[in-house]
Amino acid sequence: MQKPFLAIDRVTKKFGSVTALRSVSLNVGPDELLVVLGPTGAGKTTLLRTIAGLEAPQEGTIQMAGEDVTSRTPAERDVALVFQDFSLYPNWTVRRNLEFPLRAPGRRLSEDEIAQRVSWAAELLKIAGLLDRRSQRLSGGEMQRVAIGRAIVRRPRVFLMDEPLTNLDAKLREALRVELVCLRRELKTPMVYVTHDQVEALSMGDRIVVLGEGRVLQTGSPEDIFRRPVSPVVARQLGQPAINLLKVERSGGAWVADNGVAVAAAGEGGGNSMILGVRPEDIQPRGGEREARVTLVEDMGPTKILLVDWGGCNVHIVAPATADIHQGDTIHPQVDPERIILWPEQTI
Amino acid sequence: MKIIRWLVIVVYFSVAVMPLAWLAITSFKLKEDTISPTAKFIPVASKIESPDGSDTSVLFTASTDAYRRLGAVNIGSDYSFFHYLANSLIIGALSALSAVGLGTACAYGFSRFRIAGAKDWLFFILSTRFLPPLAVVVPVFMMYRQFNLQNTHVGLILLYTSFNLSLSVWLMKGFIDDIPRAYEDAALVDGYSRLQAFWRIIVPHAATGMAVTAVFCLISALNEYGFAMALNSSRAVTVPVYFAGLQGNISGVPWPQVAAGALVFVVPVAVFTVLVRKHLLRGVTFGTIKQ
Repeated sequence: MQKPFLAIDRVTKKFGSVTALRSVSLNVGPDELLVVLGPTGAGKTTLLRTIAGLEAPQEGTIQMAGEDVTSRTPAERDVALVFQDFSLYPNWTVRRNLEFPLRAPGRRLSEDEIAQRVSWAAELLKIAGLLDRRSQRLSGGEMQRVAIGRAIVRRPRVFLMDEPLTNLDAKLREALRVELVCLRRELKTPMVYVTHDQVEALSMGDRIVVLGEGRVLQTGSPEDIFRRPVSPVVARQLGQPAINLLKVERSGGAWVADNGVAVAAAGEGGGNSMILGVRPEDIQPRGGEREARVTLVEDMGPTKILLVDWGGCNVHIVAPATADIHQGDTIHPQVDPERIILWPEQTI
Repeated sequence: MKIIRWLVIVVYFSVAVMPLAWLAITSFKLKEDTISPTAKFIPVASKIESPDGSDTSVLFTASTDAYRRLGAVNIGSDYSFFHYLANSLIIGALSALSAVGLGTACAYGFSRFRIAGAKDWLFFILSTRFLPPLAVVVPVFMMYRQFNLQNTHVGLILLYTSFNLSLSVWLMKGFIDDIPRAYEDAALVDGYSRLQAFWRIIVPHAATGMAVTAVFCLISALNEYGFAMALNSSRAVTVPVYFAGLQGNISGVPWPQVAAGALVFVVPVAVFTVLVRKHLLRGVTFGTIKQ
């Protein structure tokens, strides 16, 4: 791996008696988009604010380009932060909002340079027509575009994004997500992108860091995290519908669940008592031995999500939309043995 | 429905304006007309005397004599009314300015930083208002004598600033709490120092609150009487003390003059309030992102 641009080493942040970050370490490469994924309260925002310098950690160091910046002010770190709940000063025009970071006292840019950068950013984000509009008159999508514009005009060393698309509607979110990835590639600036949305995490991230209760649970490529989660907690973060988790015992060359259903053939290795995870996409509705009853069918368009009562335990299965399965039908689920994930029982 | 609404407005307006209107009428009277048994409220250029000498007419002769007398120096005094008006305005404006300035800075600290015992400090600040101010007139008097602050403008400015500070801190804390923290955080990340963020982001957004607070502080400083009287004999005397002094007039209270002075005294506050009325109506949206 390339030498990291941003290196966070064992950072701990406490607010009074609450510990928000517990010895968090992570690296971001010089041209990498790192997604930090986690549920609400996992410490994602605190992590970003600590990187930006808005919060001082009690322990640990933050390095940028090899320099220790732990005790530097936000202004000295030269990072751009896009907030979740704030984007623009409401009474200012779009232009004034975009110019504000450029007029910071340390920057000393000429008026020409400022005008040129503002029009460059406006062009790139297709907001040139809005420049003289007051920002409270913008739609949600336009506001967030301008907020991203505020971040890029500076040409910062790192972009920090705190769920910037959460408050937008689904369609807009998708469009901006793609734009943001393309934009970042063009600018070749590292980005830390915080989200609780697994779709954003999987589609945007070069790598993903999964955060839970202030701890790094796993770091890896989207493929890694999705296919080889280190614990059931991480596994549950990704996938819609969520992964099926079953308690299984090794018995006669197969993994057998509590209720006596032989889920899949057991290979070598591992203990006798395990947690088995299998994604709903990796179960075929037909071909298995043990029968199961379909209790609910959700038609999602291209696929159908089946809730199945398989000998007493509820399992989700994703079937193609063409499958002729209805509520109350009896099916024979078959698990793809290549795709099962096993964890020792105590990892739950 | 509409008629009732108008009726309520008209009645309220009349009640509110009545004292001011009477003040204005009185200020154009001669002294005899102010103490006449018949209420006189219609000004005329010159009144026709009734033949039998009884005076039951509601007419009175309009005169600007009272206003002219405001410019004169009364016996036993060193200055005219306008000197005291200037005193009041200087002391009121400067004390309001410093109370709002200090109060805003203090409120910003309480609003944005973790301060040990913040609640106790805030309560302490408020508690300085629990005592009736006149209860401390003697210690203040002795301190002022020690430091030669009697009869000075600075003395009264200091005093009014400290009286108004608690109000200012509490009001301003409410206003600053309403400004989202992200406004400053964004400025800090964008390359501004905390002080610059305070000036460029907090102060403009708190302008509404500062205007409201300034009006309150100004009114309270202009109306203060007890300390202004106890600490001054001549140079830094303010308008309320001047009015009180008129009561000792050997030829009775010169009501037209009191009315004229009071009217002139109201003007600055009215002008200031009109100037900041845009801020007083809290129409400014403190909104952030559209949710």
